[in-house]
Amino acid sequence: MIARTGVIIVIVAVAILLAAPFWAAEFTITLLNYIGIYALVALGVVLLTGVGGLTSFGQAAFVGIGAYATAWLTTAEGASPWLGLFFALALTGIVAAFLGAITLRLGGHFLPLGTIAWGLSIYFLFGNLESLGRNNGITGVPPIAIGPVSLAPNDAIYYLIWGVLAVATILIANLLDSREGRAVRSLRGGVVMVESLGISVFRIRLVIFVIAALLAGLSGWLYAHMSRYVSPAPFDLRMGIQYLFMAILGGSGHILGAVVGAALITLLQNGLQDLLPHFAENGQQLEVIVFAIIYVLALQFARGGVMPFMLRYLPKPARHAPAIAEPLPRRAMPQAGIPLLTVQDLLKRFGGLEAVSRVGFEVKAGEIVGLIGPNGAGKSTVFNLVTGALKSDEGTIVFLGQDITRAGQRRIARAGIARTFQHVKLRPSMTLIDNVLLGTYVRTRSGFLASALRLDRAEEARAGAEALAQLKRVGLGEQAYDQAGNLPLGRQRVLEVARALAADPALIILDEPAAGLSRPEKLALADLLRGLRKEGVTVLLVEHDVEFVMGLVDRIVVMDFGSKLVEGLPAVVRADPRVQEAYLGSVA
Amino acid sequence: MTPDIALILGIDGIATGSIYVLVGLGLVLIFSVTRVVFVPFGDIVAFSALTLASLQLGRMPGTVYLVATLAVVACIVVTVHHWRRGEPHRIGRGLIGYGILPLLPAAIAWFFAGASLPNWAQIPLAIALVVPIAPLIERIALRPLADASVLLLLIVSVALTFALSGLGLLFFGPEGFRTKPLTTEVFRFGSVIVTSQTILMVATAIVFSLLLFLFFEHTLAGKALRATAVNRVGARIVGIRPSNTGTLAFLLASLLGAISGILIGPVTTLYYDSGFIIGLKAFVGAIIGGLISYPGTAIGAVLIGLLESFASFWSSSFKEVTVFSVLIPVLLWRSLSLEQTDEEDAEVEG
Repeated sequence: MIARTGVIIVIVAVAILLAAPFWAAEFTITLLNYIGIYALVALGVVLLTGVGGLTSFGQAAFVGIGAYATAWLTTAEGASPWLGLFFALALTGIVAAFLGAITLRLGGHFLPLGTIAWGLSIYFLFGNLESLGRNNGITGVPPIAIGPVSLAPNDAIYYLIWGVLAVATILIANLLDSREGRAVRSLRGGVVMVESLGISVFRIRLVIFVIAALLAGLSGWLYAHMSRYVSPAPFDLRMGIQYLFMAILGGSGHILGAVVGAALITLLQNGLQDLLPHFAENGQQLEVIVFAIIYVLALQFARGGVMPFMLRYLPKPARHAPAIAEPLPRRAMPQAGIPLLTVQDLLKRFGGLEAVSRVGFEVKAGEIVGLIGPNGAGKSTVFNLVTGALKSDEGTIVFLGQDITRAGQRRIARAGIARTFQHVKLRPSMTLIDNVLLGTYVRTRSGFLASALRLDRAEEARAGAEALAQLKRVGLGEQAYDQAGNLPLGRQRVLEVARALAADPALIILDEPAAGLSRPEKLALADLLRGLRKEGVTVLLVEHDVEFVMGLVDRIVVMDFGSKLVEGLPAVVRADPRVQEAYLGSVA
Repeated sequence: MTPDIALILGIDGIATGSIYVLVGLGLVLIFSVTRVVFVPFGDIVAFSALTLASLQLGRMPGTVYLVATLAVVACIVVTVHHWRRGEPHRIGRGLIGYGILPLLPAAIAWFFAGASLPNWAQIPLAIALVVPIAPLIERIALRPLADASVLLLLIVSVALTFALSGLGLLFFGPEGFRTKPLTTEVFRFGSVIVTSQTILMVATAIVFSLLLFLFFEHTLAGKALRATAVNRVGARIVGIRPSNTGTLAFLLASLLGAISGILIGPVTTLYYDSGFIIGLKAFVGAIIGGLISYPGTAIGAVLIGLLESFASFWSSSFKEVTVFSVLIPVLLWRSLSLEQTDEEDAEVEG
C-alpha cells in the first residue's frame, strides 16, 4: 500500500516537472533551471562525499572550468556549443585527473584543504586572465541548438537541463549498484579492508573524483549557454561550499538528495533575497550569515539531511532475489602437499620492539595450520605481514613460487590469499550480500562505464549467485538482505569468512574466527573448514580456543614473544613443556 | 632583477612571513589540540587591526557589538547545555566565563567610546577585545560537535568563515583601514633600508615562538595541551579535560592572531574580509609543516611570505594564484614522502 502511494507520488512529480513550462511562470522555470544545474553538481558531491567519503570545497571551480571552456571556444573561436561541450568535459576531466592524482593519496583533511586552495587559485585565474575577460567575464555566449531548434528560450533549455540531470542520475544509480559501485560504497571506514579485497582505493577515489568533476563541468556548460554570460563570481569558494551543503542538506547518502538539496537551497536563497532587504540594507551579507547559521545548525542536529525523512514516503527498492545464474568460475587449486606459503626469517620492528623476530614456517597446500600463542606473541602481526597490510623489515615470504615479501595487499589478494580480521572489518550499513559481493571483486571485471550502462548484468548475476551460495554455506543465507551491522559480533566474524571465501582463495587466513561463537556455531565452523580442506583450499588460522584448534588442524605453529617456539603435530605440541610454560608459566 | 631588489623583496617577504608564522602557529595549536581546522582564524587578525584602527580614530570598535552578540549566544548555549544535562549549579560558572569575562573589555571600550585613549592603552584593549571571539565561536558552534569527525568539523569551520565575514561587514563596514605606525625609525645597511616596523614584526614572531616553546616545555598547562594533542583518550584518563585544553588552545591562538593583527595593521590596508586570505596563506605554510610540526610551520610560513613577495614583483595580479598553486607541489611532495595514511578515524561512519 505504502509502496503504491510512493509510485504514485513519483509519477505525479515527474508529470508536474514535464509539464512545468505549460503551467509555471517564466520566473519559476528560471528557478527550476538553476535547481537542475545545481543538482547536477550536487549529484557529483553525493557520489564523492556522501558515498565515497571525500570532501571537496572546489566543485565550483570545476563548474567554472566547464563554463569558461565552452564560453571561450564558442565566442573567441566561434565554435559550436556541442564542440564546446566536448572541450569543457575534456578540460575539466584533465584538470581533475591531475589534481586528484596529486591529492587523493593524502588522508583526511589534506584533500579538502587542497580543494580550498585550488578553488581559490582557479577563481583568481579567471579574474586575471586577459583572454577570459578578467573580472568582466565573457559575454555573448551563443545558445545551444539541436538541429534547427534553438534552446535559447528558458523553457526550451529547461528540458535539456532536466533531461541531462535525469540521465546522469540514472547512470550514477546504476553505477552504485554494481561491482565498482560497491567498492565506492566501501571506501568510508578505513582502507586496509578495502585493499585486502584487491580493490585499489586510489583508483576508485580518482575515478569518482573525475566523475564528480565531469558532472560539474557539464553543469558549467549548461550554465554558460543558459545565462549566455560567464564571470568569475558564480565559481568562487562560497559556491563551492554551497554545493557541498546542497548534498549534505538533501541527504548526502542518497542520490535524490542532490535534487532535494539543490531545490531547498535555491528556494531558500530566493526567499531570503525577497525577505532580508526588509530588515537591513546589507541584505546580501545577512543572507551569508543566515546560510552559515543554517549550515551549522543542520550539521549539529540533522547530519543525515532531509532524504531520510522523505524516504519513509517513497517506495522501498524491491529486493530482487539474484537471478539464477552459474556461480563464477573457480581457480585450479594447487596440488595437495606442495609448499604453498613459505615464510623465512621474518622480522618486524615497531620502534625498538621486535614484534616478530626471525619467524619461519611453511604451509603446504591442502593443510589446515594453526598459529597459536599467548596474547602479544605476534600472531596477528605475522598475518598482517603475510597479507601485505604491514611491510616486514627483514625476511622473505613466498606464495605459490612468487616472492610476495614486498608486494602490496592488492597483489597478494589477486595472487589468491584472502583474509579475515581480528577486529571485524565490515561495512555495517551495507547488506550481508553486498559485503560478501565485495569479496568477488578480484574475480570479476566490469568497470565503471559498463556498470553505468548496465552492461554488467550477466556477470553481476553470477557474482550474486556466488555470494548467496557462500552466505548459505556459512549459515547466513536467510539474512542476506539485512544490514551487516545488525548481526551479533560472532556472526559478523562468520560473515567475514564468507567474504573471504567469495574471493575463491587458494589460501585463506583467519584471525580468531571462532571468537564470540557459541559451541554449536564453533562446531559448524570447524565442519566448514574441514569441507574447505576437502576442496583443496588451504587454511591458516590464529585461534585462542585450544580445543577448537587441536581437533581441527593438521599442524600447529606456536609463537611466544615474537619468536617461533615449537612447530608440529597437535599432540606433540600439546605435550611440549615449553608450550605449557608459555601458556601457564613455569612450574618452578 | 638586481641583487638589491632581491634583497628588498627578501626582507619584505620575511616580514610578511613572520605574520604568517604567528598565524600558522595558532592554526597548528588549535588543530593539534582540538582537531578543528579553524579556517576563520585569519579573521581574528583582520578584526584585531580594524579594532585598533577604530580606537585610534576615537570610534567605538565594531568588535564591541560582535563580542556582545557572540557572548549572548554563548551564554544561551551554555545555559541550555547545563540545564538539559541536569546540572544547573554549573550554569553560573559558565555565564561568568562566556558572558562576563569577554564582555569586560567590551564594556571598557564602550565606556571610553569617543574619548581618545592614550596610545599605550589602545593596543592592549584592542587585543583584549579580539581574543574572546575565537573561544566564543568554539563554544557556540564547535563544542557541540566535539565528537564529530575532522572532516565534519572542517565543513562547519568553513561555514563559520562565511558567517564571520558577514558579521564583519555588519559591524566594521566596508571601508578599509590602516593603523598608525608603531615605530617610524629607519635603519640603513649600505644601500638597503630596513624599517624598524620590519624588525619589530620579525622580532615579535621570534619572541612569541620562543614563548610558545617554553610554555609547552615548562608549564603544566602546556604539557596538558601536548598530551591532548598526542592522545585525547589518554589525556582524559590522566584527568585532563579536552574541553578545557581546547579553550586554552583557542585563547592562546587568538592571542597570537590578535598580535599579528596589531603588527600587520600599519603596513597593509585591511578590510573586514581580508583575514580570510591571510589565514589561508598561513594554512599553506602550516600544511608545509604537515599541520603538526611547529618548526615546520614556521619555515613553511616564511617560505610563503618570500614567495608572495617575489610573486608580486613578477606579476602582482597573479600573486594569489601563485601562492595557492604552490600548495599543489607541496601536497605532491607530501603524498610521495608519506606512507599510505592510516585513516583510523574514518573507521567510524560519520
